[in-house]
Amino acid sequence: MTLDSLLFQAINGLSSASGLFFIAVGLSLIFGVTRIINLAHGSLYMMGTYIAYSFATKIGGVIGFWGGILATAIIVGCIGALIEILLLRRIYRAPELFQLLATFALVLVFNDMTHWIWGSEDLLGPRAPGLAGSVELLGRRLPSYDLFLALAGPVVLLILHFTLKLTRFGRLIRAATQDREMVGALGVNQAVLFTSVFALGAALAGLGGALQVAREPATLATDLIALGDAFVVVVVGGMGSITGAYLAAVIIAEVKALCIGIGVVNLGGISVNFSKFTLVAEFLVMAIVLIVRPYGLLGKPQGAVRSIAEPEEPIRAATPMLKLLAAVVLGLLLFLPVLAQSSPYLMILGIDVLIAVIFATSLHFIMGPGGMHSFGHAAYFGLGAYGAALLVKWLAVPMGFALAAAPLVALAGALLFGWFAVRLSGVYLAMLTLAFAQIVWAAVFQWEGFTGGSNGVIGVWPKPPFNQGWAFFLLTLALATVAVLVLRRVLFAPFGYAMRAGRDSPLRAEAIGIDVKRIHWLAFAIAGCICGVAGGLFAFAKGSISPESIHVGRSIDGLVMVLLGGIQTLTGPIVGASVFALLQDTIMRQTEYWRALLGAVILVLVLAFPSGIVGAFSNLWRRWRGAS
Amino acid sequence: MSVLAVRQLSKAFGGVRAVNDVSFAIGAGEFLAMIGPNGAGKSTCFNMINGQLAPDSGAILLGDRNIAGMAPRAIWRLGVGRTFQVAATFASMTVVENVQMALLSYAGDLYRLWRPAAALHRARALELLAQVGMQDAADRPSRELAYGDVKRVELAIALANEPRLLLMDEPTAGMAPRERNDLIKLVKQLVLERGISVLFTEHSMDVVFSFADRIIVLARGRLIADGNAAAIRENTQVREVYFGTGKTFADGTSQGAAP
Repeated sequence: MTLDSLLFQAINGLSSASGLFFIAVGLSLIFGVTRIINLAHGSLYMMGTYIAYSFATKIGGVIGFWGGILATAIIVGCIGALIEILLLRRIYRAPELFQLLATFALVLVFNDMTHWIWGSEDLLGPRAPGLAGSVELLGRRLPSYDLFLALAGPVVLLILHFTLKLTRFGRLIRAATQDREMVGALGVNQAVLFTSVFALGAALAGLGGALQVAREPATLATDLIALGDAFVVVVVGGMGSITGAYLAAVIIAEVKALCIGIGVVNLGGISVNFSKFTLVAEFLVMAIVLIVRPYGLLGKPQGAVRSIAEPEEPIRAATPMLKLLAAVVLGLLLFLPVLAQSSPYLMILGIDVLIAVIFATSLHFIMGPGGMHSFGHAAYFGLGAYGAALLVKWLAVPMGFALAAAPLVALAGALLFGWFAVRLSGVYLAMLTLAFAQIVWAAVFQWEGFTGGSNGVIGVWPKPPFNQGWAFFLLTLALATVAVLVLRRVLFAPFGYAMRAGRDSPLRAEAIGIDVKRIHWLAFAIAGCICGVAGGLFAFAKGSISPESIHVGRSIDGLVMVLLGGIQTLTGPIVGASVFALLQDTIMRQTEYWRALLGAVILVLVLAFPSGIVGAFSNLWRRWRGAS
Repeated sequence: MSVLAVRQLSKAFGGVRAVNDVSFAIGAGEFLAMIGPNGAGKSTCFNMINGQLAPDSGAILLGDRNIAGMAPRAIWRLGVGRTFQVAATFASMTVVENVQMALLSYAGDLYRLWRPAAALHRARALELLAQVGMQDAADRPSRELAYGDVKRVELAIALANEPRLLLMDEPTAGMAPRERNDLIKLVKQLVLERGISVLFTEHSMDVVFSFADRIIVLARGRLIADGNAAAIRENTQVREVYFGTGKTFADGTSQGAAP
């Protein structure tokens, strides 16, 4: 590697930085004013590329390309305004978690919509008219379009900077970012302000996506990748700071460019390919910044986290009725293998449901009583699954040993990640847990020699007698029952009470001698450990494990399961996981557009049943009892 | 010997010296009121003693141990109880569970993972609730309580670690006058029985002058008076601070550019 090639990569990095900046600055502006993390921002960016592609190919020429890019920004801006008016206005007062989920539902819906309109093929747009050539630089050829992009970022940054500084609209945005109640009290029409900020942020994302049309193909995977990148940039730069967003975009893009520039290096006899570590490097930067400056490089601490969720009922020991119900359900499940003789699929379905129950119950443990909304629970599932599968692959250990090791691997990961995570709260905790999960995913995906890369690990089959469906089902049932009972027991023990005390009021908990961070850290570790059991079982149940099954989608599935059942009840996650897994295995597999369907389910859940299935039932029950 | 001795305590926020070279002590079983107008530095002083803020300089001696800069939970473990200006409970727990929580912490049971907490220390928690007159509400969800009752529960929680010293930040804020006197009487009776020293801030002068053994007065970050009710009432500096003589303004202008 020479200095020239490094410099060349650095300039290349600047053009990537512009793309990152366009999407991140919109996300940041929207969060600053509305306090909502728009998870659908990556989708707006993706749609920008697709729409610009249509303009550039259907109309063509200079007008189709350059005019199309402008038109795209306006169209995506309008989509943003519609999202704000139709959805977000209803949930500004809802708990943070619901806002995150509602916007994630949009991700699913938009992805399927794009799929439906443009199909699943990658679409590469035409070269940019007027900038199709390249410039000679340091003996290499740099596309002039890349140079144009590298300049576009700073230009938009300057325009935004002066807009915010000099115009009335800009002053309102800055004022609302600092104190939106006050802006409302001063008689500013908040509805109009919020809608226009959302439209502006969306238009920027659309512009960023549209500008990529001549550089990279439009693909359906862009939404989550762009979102992940934007998260990192916003968190590193500091929420609500546009200069911070550009600074962070440059840092991230340069770190990635550096990794690619360094390439393969010999380190003490082992050749390490740095270009494979771009994803890990990106998230490492974020983790380091969050630890050193929890609010980002140029960010300011946010006000106290609002907790407007209805306070929950004190927990009560299971009533005889509930115990009876649990015994009946357990009895029926034990009887299930007999029924399954006629339909073997029943066993597969049963195992899926039980694994989901372990996954959701362990997530609920930290989300509900711990108050930590983890958006990266898939990490511990993945560590458990890969831990077990790799032990089988490399050391050929027996199944029992691998299953016992799975929770320990997950525990180690949870202890490490949890230590950082409990230092943050609210959306920052959500983003950090997501980032850690992405690190696990990226490590697994990029470390091909050890983990099998995108192919995963195959041939992880259970040994007799567990190679038969009924036997593995009973094993899963036994482990799921133990996991659920252990977590429940801990919640009723002093440790569980201390967890809830720390969630209800950290200040008061500290004032009676409770080390809240330590308690929450251990809770995080316990949840990760139990989740590892689910991962280990999953690997053996499917006979394989691949990066796809530990992707961010699984973390979100977990959140939906917990909310579906109701976060404020202890039985909620069990019901939620069962219903979700059954829906997924039956209805959703029937349609090509299961994502949109899942998105619709989430939206209904968030808007109509904020307390979940079990929550809604117990509310009804209470009302009915109150009436009679 | 004094239970708590504060020596030359100072804390600045930016350029503002919120607490400036403050020294005082609390004797065993003493009921000491800290008063002063808004912005005098009472809360800052208080938060340094309970560990929420670290002082810039000075010492806070609990017995012969300097607790300046220690974490709130460590100070609590050394036998300092506290109540908050805005009372609240652990909202997802019953009244008795709130008190049990403090007892569990005191007994070092927090990391127990197996035995149900509901039965642990329940008898002692009920006893404490009885002493503040809240035993009948023991099994109600604590979030349903009226504000005055929350204050009583908070008092029971504060007594759970058998403190030597009780810090009460505006114990009667937000209460009606009758409730106020009842609560302070209750506090006074409970601490007398146990020989606990109390440091409290208070805005109600009725409460201060009728219940405090001794009063210290802060103004603009400095301690300007220290004495019993009668002495404080007669103190001219205190009168100035509270009622104004016009002199403070005269001082201000004479230092300024105005002729």
